[in-house]
Amino acid sequence: MKRPYPTYDVLARWESPSFNDATREVLAERLERTPERRFFTEAEWDRLEAIVARLIPQPDREPPIPITPWIDHQLQEDRTEGYRYDDLPRQAEAWRRGLAGIEAQAQRRLGKAFVDLTPDDQDLVLRCVELGEVERDDWGGMSAQRFFSALLVHTVATLYYAHPAAWSEIGFGGPAGPRGYVRMGVGERDPWEAPQEATS
Amino acid sequence: MNLESPRAVDGTAPDVFRVGGVTPMRAFTDKEIVDFAIVGSGAGGATLAAKLSEAGFSVVVFDAGPFWRPLEEFASDELAQHKLYWTDERVTAGADPIVMGANNSGRGVGGSTVHFAMISLRLRRETFKCRTRLGYGVDWPVSWEEIEPYYTEAERALHVAGPVNYPWPSKRTPYPYREHELNASGQLLGRAAEKMGIKWCATPLATVSAPRGKSPPCVYRGFCVVGCATNAKQSALVVWIPRALKAGAEIRDMAMVTRVEVGRDGLCTGVTYRREGVERFQRARNVVVAGYSVETPRLLLNSACPQFPQGLANGSGLVGKYLTIHSSPGVWATFEDEVRMWKGPPNMAVSEHWNYTDEGKGFFGGYSFMSQGPLPVTWAQTMAGQPGVWGQTLRDRMLNYNHMAGLGPVGETESQLCNGVELMDEVDQYGLRIPKITFSYSDNDKALMRHGVNYLSQMLEVAGGRDVFSTPDTSHLMGTCRMGADSASSVVDKDGRSWDIPNLWVCDGSLFPTSGGVNPSLTIQALACRIGGRIEAMAKRGELSAQAREVVVWA
Repeated sequence: MKRPYPTYDVLARWESPSFNDATREVLAERLERTPERRFFTEAEWDRLEAIVARLIPQPDREPPIPITPWIDHQLQEDRTEGYRYDDLPRQAEAWRRGLAGIEAQAQRRLGKAFVDLTPDDQDLVLRCVELGEVERDDWGGMSAQRFFSALLVHTVATLYYAHPAAWSEIGFGGPAGPRGYVRMGVGERDPWEAPQEATS
Repeated sequence: MNLESPRAVDGTAPDVFRVGGVTPMRAFTDKEIVDFAIVGSGAGGATLAAKLSEAGFSVVVFDAGPFWRPLEEFASDELAQHKLYWTDERVTAGADPIVMGANNSGRGVGGSTVHFAMISLRLRRETFKCRTRLGYGVDWPVSWEEIEPYYTEAERALHVAGPVNYPWPSKRTPYPYREHELNASGQLLGRAAEKMGIKWCATPLATVSAPRGKSPPCVYRGFCVVGCATNAKQSALVVWIPRALKAGAEIRDMAMVTRVEVGRDGLCTGVTYRREGVERFQRARNVVVAGYSVETPRLLLNSACPQFPQGLANGSGLVGKYLTIHSSPGVWATFEDEVRMWKGPPNMAVSEHWNYTDEGKGFFGGYSFMSQGPLPVTWAQTMAGQPGVWGQTLRDRMLNYNHMAGLGPVGETESQLCNGVELMDEVDQYGLRIPKITFSYSDNDKALMRHGVNYLSQMLEVAGGRDVFSTPDTSHLMGTCRMGADSASSVVDKDGRSWDIPNLWVCDGSLFPTSGGVNPSLTIQALACRIGGRIEAMAKRGELSAQAREVVVWA
């Protein structure tokens, strides 16, 4: 993966007028206070870690951007997106059933626990779930496809791209208050934005 | 700062323009009978509260969420600002279930105007007579001539920044404030429109391009849809709420209204609400429900009582029916130059070409369209919503973020009886039955969307984009308590007044009989201004009392 903005770091502007106290406060929490496991069982947590590693592989990051802890946190606090599809139960139940369904699919298809599969086999299991090619009984009547797209991938993508390191990766300007932007036209940028990307 | 404790208490309310500031607020006791109890403080409720209190009525406004202090509490951060959305349990169903939450629902004083994209367009004149003039939908009971002055009033109140010469006939005079300089996404829309020979312009936006009172000019942070931290955005929280407070209205934040109560005479007596864990009752001569297209019908249905077992204002059986939305698929392309579409307000250029072209389309209704500018989390959700886009594929595609630009329609959808809001048996944290929202596109809706995606794809290619693709999306809610000309085919009359209960009113987007092809917020505010004016006029003529209701001749 070629990084378009290899030297750019959103957080280098922490003390600049692009950040204010309200923003610094919420980002400090995200960066420094990774939640402990409270909602998931240890087995669920480990399985979710393995799933997350396939949905957002981070071989280039050590440590990786934490995702599983924030899903646990969201479920423990019962923070929802504000709706649920009628083919899903309430979110806490949906996540438990979904993680169990993925495990059942791994056992059924490959005879091993999800966490013990090779990355390629894990992807195979996840693709089956995405396409709904699962045993309905393993999912307690819940839609595997809906769980995969509306909850699993949606949430994992949300949490990765809510992290400042991901903003630096894609060249997003990050926090912009109170300073904002002046040069907004095609090909224009302000001095406090990511530099022009590295050319190959 | 504890978000769960009310802040508008003991005769003061937060002053949104000063860090830590407070402003005096009139405080009513529950025992006092106020003229109006208004449920909801968004585009409908806050606007009406300002109008009614300025007309001398006593008003208490209830909102289930907090009274925000934008200067202190609004971070430049999508995740943290999730607090602005209505996230109580709701079920979404149908062939095309609607994404709720951030997409279309606000919680807190100011409602969803706190996170709206500020697009302030008038409906096309013909939309008000779409059945008669254009052959589809249903005519509105309000005529263009009746609402036009209130569009002007709302635009002035919001100090809308827009072009001197708007290219379409719904707006013939200059906007109050000069238009904003375009961002790259807006420039690309303009470039394509010029080449394709259609009209376009800078989007009229409710964020100021010059100082307005204590609002500074917009600095183009680009975080508009997660809350404006500078108060440049002219949301209900910074425009109508301060006016209402100054005129003597009380705002009760963190106050969830659970029932509208009705007396033995069949008239509303007030509202039951919960605040700080305590159930209370506010007496009122009139009740206005302004909770938007889901919470408004939900409250009316949940308020069923012996006289009205099917819910309040529901003699027609149409409470919760005819929900409409806007189809708004995103159409995206990659550009050679960096676009950085996240800078500035997200939708800075607009064309109403296909909202005003009636011939040769192959479908009824229309759509306006705008340039787009999703922030990174929203963009990641959009990308990851496509089949197979996860793993390394997702990370690779996200690297293109700064080279992407997009266009999106605001597409009219048909008013269909099968789309709407009903109660489930499951209950929420207040013990109230939760809403189920059902939505399916019609064939006409799908034809409109196909047209939009095809046309906007062409535009992006003409502008120099490659690898064009589209992603499904919706925006806005309209209908569910439609206004109309008679009690059989509508929930309320043209003034938002219930046909069944003369001291019960509705004032929000649920009034819309049809969705029209533009964003609804300006029309909601214009309707609220008009309803405020009508109530004042009716009161002066003694027509507000319940007894007068039957003898009034409705123009």
